[in-house]
Amino acid sequence: MLSIKNLHVEIENKLILKGLNLDVKAGEVHAIMGPNGAGKSTLSHILSGREGYSVTEGDVLFENEDLLDFSIEERAHKGIFLAMQYPVELPGVNNMLFLKESLNAMRNARGEQPLDSIAFMKLVKEKAALVKLDEKLLKRDVNSGFSGGEKKRNEIMQMALLEPKLTILDETDSGLDIDALRIVAEGVNTLRNQDRAMIVVTHYQRLLEYIQPDFVHVLADGKIVKSGDKQLALELEEKGYSWLKQEDAA
Amino acid sequence: MSATPKEVKKIIDSGYEHGFVTEIVSDTFEPGLNEDVIRLISAKKNEPDWLLNKRLAAYYKWLEMTPPNWAKLEIEPIDFQAISYYSAPRDLADGPKSLDEIDPEIRDTYNKLGIPVEEQMALAGIAVDAVFDSVSVATTFREKLADAGVLFCSMSDAVQQYPELVKKYLGSVVPDRDNYFACLNAAVFSDGTFVYIPEGVRCPMELSTYFRINEAKTGQFERTLIIAEDDSYVSYLEGCTAPMRDENQLHAAVVELVAKQDAKIKYSTVQNWYPGDAEGKGGIYNFVTKRGVCLGDRSHISWTQVETGSAITWKYPSCILTGKDSVGEFYSVAVSRGKQQADTGTKMTHIGENSRSTIVSKGISAGYGQNTYRGLVKVVKRAENARNYSQCDSLLIGNTCSAHTFPYLEVSNPSAKVEHEATTSKIGEDQLFYCQQRGLSEEDAVSMIVNGFCKEVFNELPMEFAVEARKLLNVTLEGAVG
Repeated sequence: MLSIKNLHVEIENKLILKGLNLDVKAGEVHAIMGPNGAGKSTLSHILSGREGYSVTEGDVLFENEDLLDFSIEERAHKGIFLAMQYPVELPGVNNMLFLKESLNAMRNARGEQPLDSIAFMKLVKEKAALVKLDEKLLKRDVNSGFSGGEKKRNEIMQMALLEPKLTILDETDSGLDIDALRIVAEGVNTLRNQDRAMIVVTHYQRLLEYIQPDFVHVLADGKIVKSGDKQLALELEEKGYSWLKQEDAA
Repeated sequence: MSATPKEVKKIIDSGYEHGFVTEIVSDTFEPGLNEDVIRLISAKKNEPDWLLNKRLAAYYKWLEMTPPNWAKLEIEPIDFQAISYYSAPRDLADGPKSLDEIDPEIRDTYNKLGIPVEEQMALAGIAVDAVFDSVSVATTFREKLADAGVLFCSMSDAVQQYPELVKKYLGSVVPDRDNYFACLNAAVFSDGTFVYIPEGVRCPMELSTYFRINEAKTGQFERTLIIAEDDSYVSYLEGCTAPMRDENQLHAAVVELVAKQDAKIKYSTVQNWYPGDAEGKGGIYNFVTKRGVCLGDRSHISWTQVETGSAITWKYPSCILTGKDSVGEFYSVAVSRGKQQADTGTKMTHIGENSRSTIVSKGISAGYGQNTYRGLVKVVKRAENARNYSQCDSLLIGNTCSAHTFPYLEVSNPSAKVEHEATTSKIGEDQLFYCQQRGLSEEDAVSMIVNGFCKEVFNELPMEFAVEARKLLNVTLEGAVG
């Protein structure tokens, strides 16, 4: 589904990703771990098309198309979803309206008819229940005054609604207490299936206790320096990231 | 009422058909302002002596005054002698013959706003039967209003038909000497609207929705007077979302509202006059004095405005809260983009006990736009338990525009409670990214964010108007980002 080859990315003439390779197939969950400043957020942003980054070398193929050719919204239409580390507030914009516009933009891009209000309401309530999102939050403004946990749950709800092919969870665990973390993880697990892929970007191992990855990759200094299964995450937790650097040097 | 305003004007004007001919438009005065011009205006309208004398007194006072310079506006000096102060309603036969003759850009805007073809033609000044159809629609509504006892006509008609009412109230809220532009208006006002709601009457319809076509030619020195007697209600809609063709650069209107005991007046404005070219040249200068007095106890005046047009907007719809428990409200959305400048806000003067006021101002700046909120909340000594809540929010789009907030407070009674909140925010790159990542185009994202920002004000507009205002905002801000 996704194939990243020798990816080099700069921000303001500073090289952040220095030859990253990653292959993700449908049905797989990949965890990307790494110390601060390793380039984890850069990877999330470059896949979703955020401005301010320039690719100096390498390719990103998504379902055999050159992903870098597409705009932010085109990538979204193709099924890429980024659950953000810091979901932004949109004051005055009703959450339900936002979800409806978003879903219908996706449907429109796929050549489908927009959902009418009744069908939409039914669907959104179903999805909210799935991720245990308080329906009251649907009536409020997008993320405005939401707690950290509510914002993240709202992200997962959007993901459930939009049914993307590839989801990138960008440090979804940051700022969450253990209960919120569990609920978010449950939501993600419910949505796991053989047609979808997920990239879970995280600094800590604890999210991976709830979302079991098929693969764990360690991103350090702009490259994937080690890959393995979930055992690698436990090892990292125990020994810290400096262990890898020592091993690298050795 | 036996004759439409148009017909009345025709009758009044007919005696001068040959006297004032210019090559392009018939019946327009030569530019310039002096006593003779004022006498001529008055004579053309067949006005009583008291009104002529009032005009003349205002004119001589105006000569002694100087234009205000306290607003945060850069204005080229205005040559008042270069302006023509009277232009009869143009003969529709002189206008364009079809929509094909209209500037495609304006036509494009009409279509984007979803304005019906008949109305488009009327706005563009095209003579067609459809326009007369709408006049007959207007006549039907006029009859309905007359049944309710509501008086609703042009100011010129009112001077002829209800001289006592006009004499009693004209200038009673905005004195002729109030300010430079109000004084000029008092001297040269061309026409305008007169509304009188008798005691206990709830006006059966939103006024002016069906009439705006006819009002399209009211001219540059408009005068509006609305009187709501005890326990009455009226909702008045001014303006139009469509950009109107208008060669007059200077507009100096005066609007006066009088609300008696338990009366409520709701005044909504959508203003979308020509803002000028990319350099700001040729746009309308809009200097308006709007003021309402809540004369009776528990009276209520509510101003709602959506200001997206004009090169310069200088406008402070205000309330004098004289009655006990009276309520004043001001809800405003002002947009300035390109080289537009807006200095707008309100004055709430609390005189009556327990009087309350609410101010919600939303300023949006894009391009090189300058947007200023200027507001005064004044509580006089005898206004026990006055309350005010003000909220002024500014939204910036891009890096070259600016927003300013000048809230003034004069509180002379210690029991007053006055609250002020102000925020300035920018449409963040992160907000746009968020919306686009969820599949929305950049333009849809901007429109959604801006409409969200203005929601509290749009909620105050009558439903139909709110829909139009939203569309207008989207069209106005098209291409404002990036």
